[in-house]
Amino acid sequence: MSHILLRHREIPDIADLRVYKKNGGFEAFQNAVTKMTPAQVTDVVKNSGLRGRGGAGFPTGMKWSFIDNKNWPHYVVANADESEPGTFKDREIMEGNPLQFLEGLAIASYAVGANAAYIYLRGEFWQLGAFLDEKIAEMEKEGILGDKLFGGEYSLRLYTHLGAGAYICGEETALLDSLEGKRGQPRVRPPFPPAVGLYGKPTVINNVETIANVPLILANGADWYKSMGTADSAGVKVFSLSGRVRKPGNYELPFGTTFRELIYTHGGGVQDSRPVKAIMPAGASSSLIIVNDEKVLDTPMDYASVRTLGGDLGSASVIVIDDSVSMDWLVDKTIHFFRHESCGKCTPCREGTYWMSNIIERIHHGRGTTGDVDLLLNVAKQMQGKCLCALGEFSTMAVVTGIERFPDDFKNAVSPSPLPILNLKEREGMEKA
Amino acid sequence: MSLETKYPNEVQQILSKYPPEHRRSAVMPLLYLAQREEGYLTKAAMQDVAKIVGITETDVASLVGFYTLYHDKKEGKYRMQVCTDLPCALRGADDFVKSLCDHLGIQVGETSEDGFVTLEAVTCLAACDKAPMFQTQGPDGIKYHENMTVDRTMELISVLRRSGREVGS
Repeated sequence: MSHILLRHREIPDIADLRVYKKNGGFEAFQNAVTKMTPAQVTDVVKNSGLRGRGGAGFPTGMKWSFIDNKNWPHYVVANADESEPGTFKDREIMEGNPLQFLEGLAIASYAVGANAAYIYLRGEFWQLGAFLDEKIAEMEKEGILGDKLFGGEYSLRLYTHLGAGAYICGEETALLDSLEGKRGQPRVRPPFPPAVGLYGKPTVINNVETIANVPLILANGADWYKSMGTADSAGVKVFSLSGRVRKPGNYELPFGTTFRELIYTHGGGVQDSRPVKAIMPAGASSSLIIVNDEKVLDTPMDYASVRTLGGDLGSASVIVIDDSVSMDWLVDKTIHFFRHESCGKCTPCREGTYWMSNIIERIHHGRGTTGDVDLLLNVAKQMQGKCLCALGEFSTMAVVTGIERFPDDFKNAVSPSPLPILNLKEREGMEKA
Repeated sequence: MSLETKYPNEVQQILSKYPPEHRRSAVMPLLYLAQREEGYLTKAAMQDVAKIVGITETDVASLVGFYTLYHDKKEGKYRMQVCTDLPCALRGADDFVKSLCDHLGIQVGETSEDGFVTLEAVTCLAACDKAPMFQTQGPDGIKYHENMTVDRTMELISVLRRSGREVGS
């Protein structure tokens, strides 16, 4: 099957404007602006069944239709803050097939009546930001962006904006605050961005991969898109495969492809041919799906099916864990990440990630007791449902599912009774070891 | 010398991206510009940025403290920021960092004696399939180095020392 998003794998020069045009580039945008109303564009996307690829899976066309038409101006923001451990798909799309992404952003802007759109890139994508600036300048020169496009009344400008190293800015309202020049901390919702977004104005925020789908949906129609994937999850997805596999990387596949096909057919199987112990299907924010039955690997990867395994597909960043990994080590890694990335605004997340990291560190370094495992589980469950945004909730997923589904890993890491209290020098010695 | 005197075109170009009544949005790109030469933000630089966008110096300092790519202390000319998050660690990132420490004779968070390299362990850089990997943050901006070995990293450092800049940037 040829690619829909990762088209640079078949057409290596597709980042070149002439090559992109030769392959049908910008026809969908021009057609939308000259022959369709914004509502018609939104309807096609609605009918295609396209859902947000950033993790939440919200229907894209529906999000666009929520934009408040009584309050102007409108904005579109592309969420290119890709920072979830295990996710590296948006970067490849923007590096390899940037014009399709930019065309999708232009179409989204037209659909919601925005004359300006921002691309919020994580600061680490510094070189990519400069590259996109070049592409935007080329499009302006070509008359695809700018004032009164294609002889009509519609005008559009695209701008890149670099973040500066904060996972939380991938949360859409934190992203907006950051774009406004503030610390990236989530806002209380509602109101949602289509009502009150950037600078208090109606704003649509979409993930890069979501946006990159749009030009081909408009070119080929909603039915074409729906013919791929499953009834619940239409179309294709870029799966970021990482962890203990022989060939990690991005694989664009229809929704409904099984874990087995991804890991064994595309990913070349597990390193050293070891068995899969667990899968994290949505990066570090995932529940740990236990692979204690061959049938788990035959589960189709779509939103509904993954839920039957006690997990979420999220951004489809599949981290493969083999039987050499102990879950106390893994949870120590994920909690360290969330503690570092907690923005500090709400108490359950700020304090919860801090205490969870202290307790898991104790457990992982052999200084924990059975009571510590219970305490860790207790703290995680206390946090659930109480945090301002999803980050706090995400931080508890691996903790709770790790302890509940892999109890032996934790039992083996702790001693039943408290260890003798060490003096400072002894403790420092242990920490170094 | 103020940022506006030194880089008038860049400052204007940055401000032009945002609506004139929302100058504050320019604070982050201006901080990158102010950090370019010294590799960190001096108090004077923060005051300067605060003045351009019309917010308080405290506000600016709170941003510098919040975002990890801004620095308020002088460290090595190049910061080597190795990702040690879960997916990278599953591909040997922790051993890679330990081995780098041995070769450089410094610990994570420390700077080499000649002030050239600071070694840091950081969170996910969206390159999980190409671990071990790190980015360098220095006068030439930020650059990724993927599928790295310790030997290739030491070679990169010696090339940087000789040439004074990233090759290919």
